[in-house]
Amino acid sequence: MMFLAAGLIAAAALVVGALLGPKKASETKLAAYESGVPASGSARERFPVHFYMVAMLFIIFDLETAFFYPLAVKFRAAPTFLYVQALLFVVILAVGYLYILRKGVLFWK
Amino acid sequence: MSDPAIVTFIKALVLVLVLLGGFAYMTLIERRLLGRFQHRLGPNRVGPFGLLQPIADAIKAIFKEDIVVTAADKVVYVAAPAISITFALVAFGAIPAGPAKSLFGYNPWVMNLDIGLLYVLAMTSVGVYGIFLGGWASNSKYSLLGSLRSSAQIISYELGMGLAVLSVIMIGGTLNLQKLVELNVWSISPWLWPGLAIAFVAMLISGTAEINRVPFDLPEAEQELVAGYQTEYSSIKWALYQMAEYVNMFTSAALISTLFLGGWRAPGFFNAIIPGMASWPIIWLVAKMALFIFFFIWLKATLMRLRYDQLMRFGWLYLFEIGLFAALLTGAVIAFVL
Repeated sequence: MMFLAAGLIAAAALVVGALLGPKKASETKLAAYESGVPASGSARERFPVHFYMVAMLFIIFDLETAFFYPLAVKFRAAPTFLYVQALLFVVILAVGYLYILRKGVLFWK
Repeated sequence: MSDPAIVTFIKALVLVLVLLGGFAYMTLIERRLLGRFQHRLGPNRVGPFGLLQPIADAIKAIFKEDIVVTAADKVVYVAAPAISITFALVAFGAIPAGPAKSLFGYNPWVMNLDIGLLYVLAMTSVGVYGIFLGGWASNSKYSLLGSLRSSAQIISYELGMGLAVLSVIMIGGTLNLQKLVELNVWSISPWLWPGLAIAFVAMLISGTAEINRVPFDLPEAEQELVAGYQTEYSSIKWALYQMAEYVNMFTSAALISTLFLGGWRAPGFFNAIIPGMASWPIIWLVAKMALFIFFFIWLKATLMRLRYDQLMRFGWLYLFEIGLFAALLTGAVIAFVL
């Protein structure tokens, strides 16, 4: 329902905007903006591999966070046992984390 | 327990309109406040106290020329801002604003999900797609850089956020936001306060970063990237991105108040003034959100932007560990002290 209401508003805004605005397009106006000088080449170029690594690391660590959620919800059931388990998990994770740090993946030059 | 579909739809529509109205006036409040912070007046010409300024801005945004850049990937270019705003609005739906049946006999929330917290976190992260697709589809170097930065930043700080909320989940034992509010995580034991306080700070910082506000507004760094992913957008599409940003700000403020400051509840002594006052719907949540939003604006007026490497280092090295520490501390207290 929320999707429907929000989607409706977004679509309506797009349609209204497209209908009401003036239409005086020119080649320059529709060119990519590069601070006023003519654009050089496409923007679909290679970008630093760092972003890629961050994305990969995010997947790993976010999964790990997601692992913690069910554990946290049921934590009250057997706190000591679950806590020790979580600690073990964190220790294993920390090894990987330290490796990443040592490799300097998270330090941008 | 759940409402008929038509009631839900009306509530969803009302919530969406309220959020968008809130966005319009947020821009005014922010500009006025920033003006005061900088010892000037801010917009005060259109209507009394500038109250009609947002309406003027909205009309202007609608009547501006709607540019689709030649080099752009047309479909994605148009869809991206819509994705951004849709998911920003949808995320807010799970936030409860009062006790059951308190709003003229209706429940003051659009949905009461058992996984409410996960839902809000998930929906806010889908917003990254809007930003990234927009930047990529524009086929402009500024946009691409801005959206890359933005995605990397948002996903990095999501980790800190995910770990910060762990303490609350552990104490509450549920992901249902309504139940978390009713439980009041602070009331259980003073031993839990240090863990919660650390988690609160981590959550506040990552919440600020998630919504790309100063000092984490690198995706839009005007001075170096023009406006990041928004560079090639004009008129209503640009306005949709702005809306998404402000609605995310509302969601962030509401989520932090719901998890850490008791959401729609107010301190019990208000009941001494008027009985039942502390559980009035909506107003307490709005008051707490206003507090955080003021805080965000205050930050914007005070702090300078981080450098990109500092940003990433802070997110991964400090926030991640602070969040983990808070979770482990809370866990230790529950396991060994209580």
